[in-house]
Amino acid sequence: MTAIWIGVIGTSLIAFALKYLGHNVPEKYLKNERMLRINTLIPIVLLSALVAVQTVGDKSKLVIDQRLAGVAVACIALALKAPYFVVVVSAALTSAAIYNFG
Amino acid sequence: MNRATVTQSLSVSFTVGLYGTAFGAAGVAAGFSILQTCLLSLLTFSGASQFAVVGVMGAGGSALSGIATASLLGIRNGLYGLRMAPLLQVRGFKRVIAAQITIDESTGVAIGQEERGADAMKQGFWLTGFGVYFFWNLFTLAGALGAQAMGDPSAWGLDAAVPAAFLGLVWPRLHGKFERALAVSAVLLSLALTPFVAAGIPIIATTLLAVAFGWRARQ
Repeated sequence: MTAIWIGVIGTSLIAFALKYLGHNVPEKYLKNERMLRINTLIPIVLLSALVAVQTVGDKSKLVIDQRLAGVAVACIALALKAPYFVVVVSAALTSAAIYNFG
Repeated sequence: MNRATVTQSLSVSFTVGLYGTAFGAAGVAAGFSILQTCLLSLLTFSGASQFAVVGVMGAGGSALSGIATASLLGIRNGLYGLRMAPLLQVRGFKRVIAAQITIDESTGVAIGQEERGADAMKQGFWLTGFGVYFFWNLFTLAGALGAQAMGDPSAWGLDAAVPAAFLGLVWPRLHGKFERALAVSAVLLSLALTPFVAAGIPIIATTLLAVAFGWRARQ
C-alpha cells in the first residue's frame, strides 16, 4: 500500500473516531450544572476562534488582507440585522473586489 | 420546518460546499488520485483535516505526519459531539451518521438556532450536515476533475464568505456582555497562539476559556 493510501485511510479512521467519541461520552458526565454550562460555551469559543483564524491566519502567520475587509463588512451587515445570505454575500463581494481590483 | 433555519442551512451548505472545488484541485495537485481525493471528502469529511493531510503529504511529509496534523484539526469535531449528542438523542446507526456529519457547519447552524428552540436546532444540524456533505463531495469531484474554471477561491471572495458565514452563526449567541467577552477572548487567544503552535491547537486551546468562563454559575 502506498503512503498516500495510508494517509487517506488513517486520516479518515481517526477523523471518524474523534467525532464518534464525542457522541459517546456518557450523559451522566455532562448532566451536572458545571459541565452543562461549559458544554454550552464550547461551540461558541471554537467557532469564534475559527472565524479569527480563517480571517487573518495564513499557516503560522497573521496576515491582514481582503478577508478582513470582507468580514468587517459582514460585521456591519450583522449589526444592521441584515438577512443571513446578505451577510455572506456582502463579505464575498467586498473581499473579491479588493482581491481582483485592489 | 422553520424557513429561516432552512435558508441558513442551505446558505452555509452551498458556500462551504463551493470550497470543495479548491480541495479537489489541491488534492490532485498534491499527487493524490481523483479517487483518493474524493474518498477523503466522503470519509474524512472535515475540510481543515483534509487540506492538512494533502498539504503535508504534498510537500513531501510522511503519512504519519499528515495523519497527525489532520487529526489535531479533527479534535474539535469531538468537542462539538459533546454538545450535539444530548440535543440529538440518537442511537445505533443514526448516531454513526450524526457523528460523521458533526463538523463546524452543522454545529454552528444548530447553536445559531437556539432562540428558535430545540427542534429548529436539530433541523439545522441535520439539514446542514447533509447539505454540506452533498455539496462538499460534489464540488470536490468537480475540482479533482480539473474544474479550474472556478480557479482561485479568493477571486470569488470565498476566503471571506466562509468566516463570514461562521460569524453569522455565532452572532446571535453573543447577546450579553459575558458571551461577547468570551468570544473576544477566544479570538485573541487563538490569534496569539497561531505563530507559535501547530495548526489546530490555537482553536482547540480556546476550550480552556469555555472551562474558565463556565466554571462558576453567573449571578
